[in-house]
Amino acid sequence: MYSASDLRKGLRIEIDGAPYLITEFSFVKPGKGQAMYNCKLKNLITGATIARTFRDNARIDEPKLESKKMRFSYENGDSLVFLDEEYNEIALSAQIFGEKRFFLAEDMEVTVLFHNGRPIDITLPTFVEKEIVHTEPGVRGDTATNVLKPAQIPGGYTLQVPLFVNTGDIVRIDTRTGEYVDRVHKK
Amino acid sequence: MTAEARTLLDRSRILQAVRRFFIERGYVEVETPVRISQPALETHIDAEPSGAMYLRTSPELHMKRLLARGLGRIFQIGPCFRKGERGDRHSPEFTMLEWYRAGADYLDMLAETKALFGFVLSEVRGRVSAPYQGVMVDFGPVWDCLKVSECFLWNAGWDPVERFDADRFFEDLVTKVEPSFVPSRPTVLIDFPAQAAAFARLKSADPRVAERWELYAGGMEIANAFSELTDAGEYRKRFAAAAAERAAAGREAYAMDEDFLREIDGRLPPAGGVALGMDRLVMLLCDECSIERVRAFG
Repeated sequence: MYSASDLRKGLRIEIDGAPYLITEFSFVKPGKGQAMYNCKLKNLITGATIARTFRDNARIDEPKLESKKMRFSYENGDSLVFLDEEYNEIALSAQIFGEKRFFLAEDMEVTVLFHNGRPIDITLPTFVEKEIVHTEPGVRGDTATNVLKPAQIPGGYTLQVPLFVNTGDIVRIDTRTGEYVDRVHKK
Repeated sequence: MTAEARTLLDRSRILQAVRRFFIERGYVEVETPVRISQPALETHIDAEPSGAMYLRTSPELHMKRLLARGLGRIFQIGPCFRKGERGDRHSPEFTMLEWYRAGADYLDMLAETKALFGFVLSEVRGRVSAPYQGVMVDFGPVWDCLKVSECFLWNAGWDPVERFDADRFFEDLVTKVEPSFVPSRPTVLIDFPAQAAAFARLKSADPRVAERWELYAGGMEIANAFSELTDAGEYRKRFAAAAAERAAAGREAYAMDEDFLREIDGRLPPAGGVALGMDRLVMLLCDECSIERVRAFG
């Protein structure tokens, strides 16, 4: 159990059985009144954000969270198969990973977050390199730096890239945002 | 000059302007003990221990003893300490301005507070408005003055004067009432329910209401004022009620301040008093959103 004075930005708590991350936090105390803690909370399963005010005598549940390092092995339909540190095969539903599934590569080390034994989030290396499998050629002469065009990587994920990027190039992607960073190899 | 040096220079100019304001009005600057044998008994304020004594959470009770000794206009600017209070607007050590005036009531103190803001702003900024976090706040003579009763009915759907609920009161105050204030001018929340009177006198025409106001500006609570309670017996009752609430909430017990009760008994004149957070005033005038940034070594 946490007490209200333990609350801070970045702490993970549990409300009604769901794990939340404190994304914003402020201490408020009205004149002659009780201290309160205003929090913005992100539901770690649904991603939904809620606001919650805790009084200074509140008791708050601690979520049972466990992080496990795993290596990606292969994709099998809607499931992604990983090897844990004891080389056990663990199949996880692709759905919980959202677009991050497109950034996986064989033998990539990832960290999977479990809540009460249920996988709820995955952390990939911050940057991954992927080949562009399709993009329309950029129009020569259009050199404005902020002009972007769609490009596809294997698996069908589409991101915005600069005009000079061509099919067959290798680009670096930030897995936290899913956005293009730079070109690492020109075909 | 660094940003920090500029803020500290402004802070010094604000302090000097505040002092000038009170001296010109015939107030006496006083200093009362910082290390005290027992803190004022308040339900939600905890004191920092200092050896077998405590650091003061406010100079209130000692200043009232000076009122009882015949000093009719007094002010003090000095450090206060509150255990466990840290946030953008709270620091465990902060600077309080308090002033008391015999023969005045809370409305007189409101008029004087307006005059203080007008004076300090003119001295320091050369005009009576100041930008705060993107909003131009006009400290000119027109301040919103809202009764607690009406403001709660309108914004939270209930009247704490009719039926008081302590938990709901403070939560709705913070989440529903305060956010409704117009940011471009100061707001005074006035006539608190008797249960939230602290050390304010109750209205003789309606004892459900205490003669207390709170000043807000820039989304911050800046000052608190009372028509001061003068009756020693009534102080004893309020201390006892706070002690009982502290015990129920599992907070540290503080002794009744018998020296205070003895000294003011029959001697405290009717008076108005205001406590104003100096750091927050500096935040407001320097457009800073964090208390740490307006205190040296904050």
